[in-house]
Amino acid sequence: MAGYILRRLVQSIVVMLAVGLIAFMMFRYIGDPVNQMVGVDTTPEQRAALRERLGLNDPMIVQYARYMWNAAQFKFGTSYQFKEPVAQLIASRLPATLELSIVSALFALLVGVPMGVYTGINRNSWLSKVFMTVSLVGISLPTFLIGILLIFVFSVHLHLLPSFGRGQVVDLGFWRTGLLTGSGLKALIMPAITLGLFQMTLIMRLVRSEMLEVLRTDYIKFARARGLSRRAINFSHALKNTLIPVITITGLQLGSIIAFAIITETVFQWPGMGLLFLQAVQNVDIPIMAAYLLLIAFLFVLINLVVDILYTVVDPRVRVDGGASA
Amino acid sequence: MGLLDIRNLTVDFPSRRGTFTAVRDVALDVQRGEIHGLVGESGAGKSTIGNAIMGLLEPPGRIASGEIEIEGRRIESLPPEEMRKVRGKTVSMIFQDPLSSLNPLFTVERQLVETIREHNRMSEREAKAFAVDLLDQVGIPKPAERVAQYPHQFSGGMRQRVVIALALCSNPDLVIADEPTTALDVSIQAQILNLIRSLCTERNVGVILVTHDMGVIAETTDRVAVMYRGRIVERGATRKVLGDPDHEYTKSLVAAVPRPDVRLHRFPMVSYIEGPAREFEAIDLGKHWLGQGRRDASNDRHENLIELRNLEMDFETRRSIFPSRRRHFRAVDGVSLQIREGEIFGLVGESGSGKSTVARLISGLYTPTGGEILFDGTDIARLGASAERRPFQRQMQMIFQDPYSSLNPRMRVADIVAEPIRHHNLASGGAERRAVVEDLLEHVGLGREAARKYPHEFSGGQRQRISIARALATRPRFLICDEPTSALDVSIQAQILNLLKDLQEELRLTLLFISHDLPVMRQMCHRIGVMQNGRLCEVAETEDLFERPQHPHTQELVRLMPRLDYLSRRGLDMEPAHA
Repeated sequence: MAGYILRRLVQSIVVMLAVGLIAFMMFRYIGDPVNQMVGVDTTPEQRAALRERLGLNDPMIVQYARYMWNAAQFKFGTSYQFKEPVAQLIASRLPATLELSIVSALFALLVGVPMGVYTGINRNSWLSKVFMTVSLVGISLPTFLIGILLIFVFSVHLHLLPSFGRGQVVDLGFWRTGLLTGSGLKALIMPAITLGLFQMTLIMRLVRSEMLEVLRTDYIKFARARGLSRRAINFSHALKNTLIPVITITGLQLGSIIAFAIITETVFQWPGMGLLFLQAVQNVDIPIMAAYLLLIAFLFVLINLVVDILYTVVDPRVRVDGGASA
Repeated sequence: MGLLDIRNLTVDFPSRRGTFTAVRDVALDVQRGEIHGLVGESGAGKSTIGNAIMGLLEPPGRIASGEIEIEGRRIESLPPEEMRKVRGKTVSMIFQDPLSSLNPLFTVERQLVETIREHNRMSEREAKAFAVDLLDQVGIPKPAERVAQYPHQFSGGMRQRVVIALALCSNPDLVIADEPTTALDVSIQAQILNLIRSLCTERNVGVILVTHDMGVIAETTDRVAVMYRGRIVERGATRKVLGDPDHEYTKSLVAAVPRPDVRLHRFPMVSYIEGPAREFEAIDLGKHWLGQGRRDASNDRHENLIELRNLEMDFETRRSIFPSRRRHFRAVDGVSLQIREGEIFGLVGESGSGKSTVARLISGLYTPTGGEILFDGTDIARLGASAERRPFQRQMQMIFQDPYSSLNPRMRVADIVAEPIRHHNLASGGAERRAVVEDLLEHVGLGREAARKYPHEFSGGQRQRISIARALATRPRFLICDEPTSALDVSIQAQILNLLKDLQEELRLTLLFISHDLPVMRQMCHRIGVMQNGRLCEVAETEDLFERPQHPHTQELVRLMPRLDYLSRRGLDMEPAHA
């Protein structure tokens, strides 16, 4: 068990080093960092001195090591456009994105799983057919269109929810949250639904097809033959066996929700990392892009680690080292 | 009045194309303390009867008419919630595959306690104690420790014991065992059948034993009903039905059972369904396409086509970058044997004995950890480049156990059979290739029309014929058959084995025939090797092996063969003791 987690950790570190290399190459070799930092009237001597001082003449491997060492301490350099440390910029935007992503992931899970179980058990009921049809809409409509439609209905027509921004936020020192005020919560509803709708339909369809698969197995038939109640069979025996693929997909989806909240954040003018990244791309702000890349990679690695550990909680067969059985 | 009374039961499966009647007008009764057999080939409707009693018919299946009574109480028309209480409480079921009938994510204890508390008023603690007690009764050693384990920590036989314990949780009056030993080894099968027998007597419950295995029926049941296409064609005391059958179907079915005690020239067919057998034109190897590869290989022949010298195979069970922490499982341990040109060599053993691994090593699917594999004098295990291997790969082909997964469902039969010809460039062009494919299909008894179809249009036995045609398409000298008929019914098994035997004689093939079924081996093979735990215990001429087994493991296997002494021997084509 400990060995299993240790192996996953080592793999994670290798992945981080590889992504770090890409981020470093981008930082170092796409455009000349010195050119980006100095004005037009700087003399070649001053440039050479700056180059020497920044260590840009050292061997590449040394520069890479230094870059990774700094990155490990959250030092990503200074943004070209804001002239502020990148770490600070990201730290001020991170809470908004994380709150949005996690709330929409929870929405997707809490609605998607029960819907999937229901449609899996009652395959031919009219409600299942309604769910399936609606889910088709959820999958086929692009995110920005759903966002604009929601704004049109709930903000422009009904005046129920704000159309942009985070509402009032409470500063906890290290974290600025919108979850503690009424306007903050209200502002969260539409972006979260917009962002989570696709994941919800995905999870629902996944749970449904897994349920159909599991309900056909011998151990479910045997459970029925033992006279167990429908509730125990469907929600305890069957549901738990559908969880492994659901955990895998949900983990990956959470990663992409965080990384690609960009469109939703643009539609709702949500002050998160997505907007920051978009601006960085437009202004060729390499330090922000490199740091963003590293951060997203880190989140994916972290989520995958959690997913791997969850496997062992759910499935006893993974727990045995090497999978040997008696 | 019996424990179970079924009268005029008819089960329909309505579908768009019309109604399929799986069970037609069946009458059956079971008494307390007796084991009642239900035997028939797949699709005969025997499992459907079990499911109908349990109220577990797969939709759209339904009971169209008839009555099912347990101790005088009608149960076929009970509402679902009432029926659920009958299930488990009065009637229990044991399924075929112990590997898949337990929920892999819950401990045995949890599954037992849940079921016990569903049917008995018991506290959690009492239920736990009862669970341990049940495991003890079904013969699981150290039940107090093992109860906390997960299903995957039990072996197949032990798992089937757990399944039986689960079926006994509620003290049922009737137990339906649906092929309870089909997935198990012979020695485990005997233990499980003994357990069912003793539980039946001690607890005075009635048992319905559903199986296709005549041996199991003969050994275990008191009375038996023979099913054919949804009807019960014959019923009565087991001795009477199997020893002196009245109905034509029963007669031919009994005749088709491979005999452990006599050697027959050919496997008897179930003539009731068959109709007259098709006659094929004999192949003249001198002229026929299948004979062409022979001439160039015929100089410099060895007496032994295959020779294994000290063959070893390890599988890694724990990977590690440190060699000292790696763990191996030795699947094949120092096996040496010779297979002579033109003989059928049998390899027998229980699951996990390494017999299939040997087959895969010879065919090159695995690379051996140690030892030599000589094919006609060349060590093929140590050949490097694929160009060097090719001629050997062409000369040996494999036929696999599962006819459903060994054919690519997206390819037409013509392409499946033509693929090896194309791969080895054995035909001069498309026209010759097509002619060869059609000839092969004709020869394995499918007819040339089969070429245009897809595998799913064929039954299991027909698919196995396609596999054989594909294997012959490279003009092989050596054929490896890994349990080629264990997924098939008795009647189909007879056809396939006869086909293999004919082809072997006609084409002078050498066969490695792998099976766990000793009676089949006795009919098929010239010599037999017995494997246990990766080692070869004994190699002997077939008749010697059955009459005078030397190794204790062989003696045990031969002793455990179901006795079919009192089966009718009418119409058998017997062969003098030595061929």
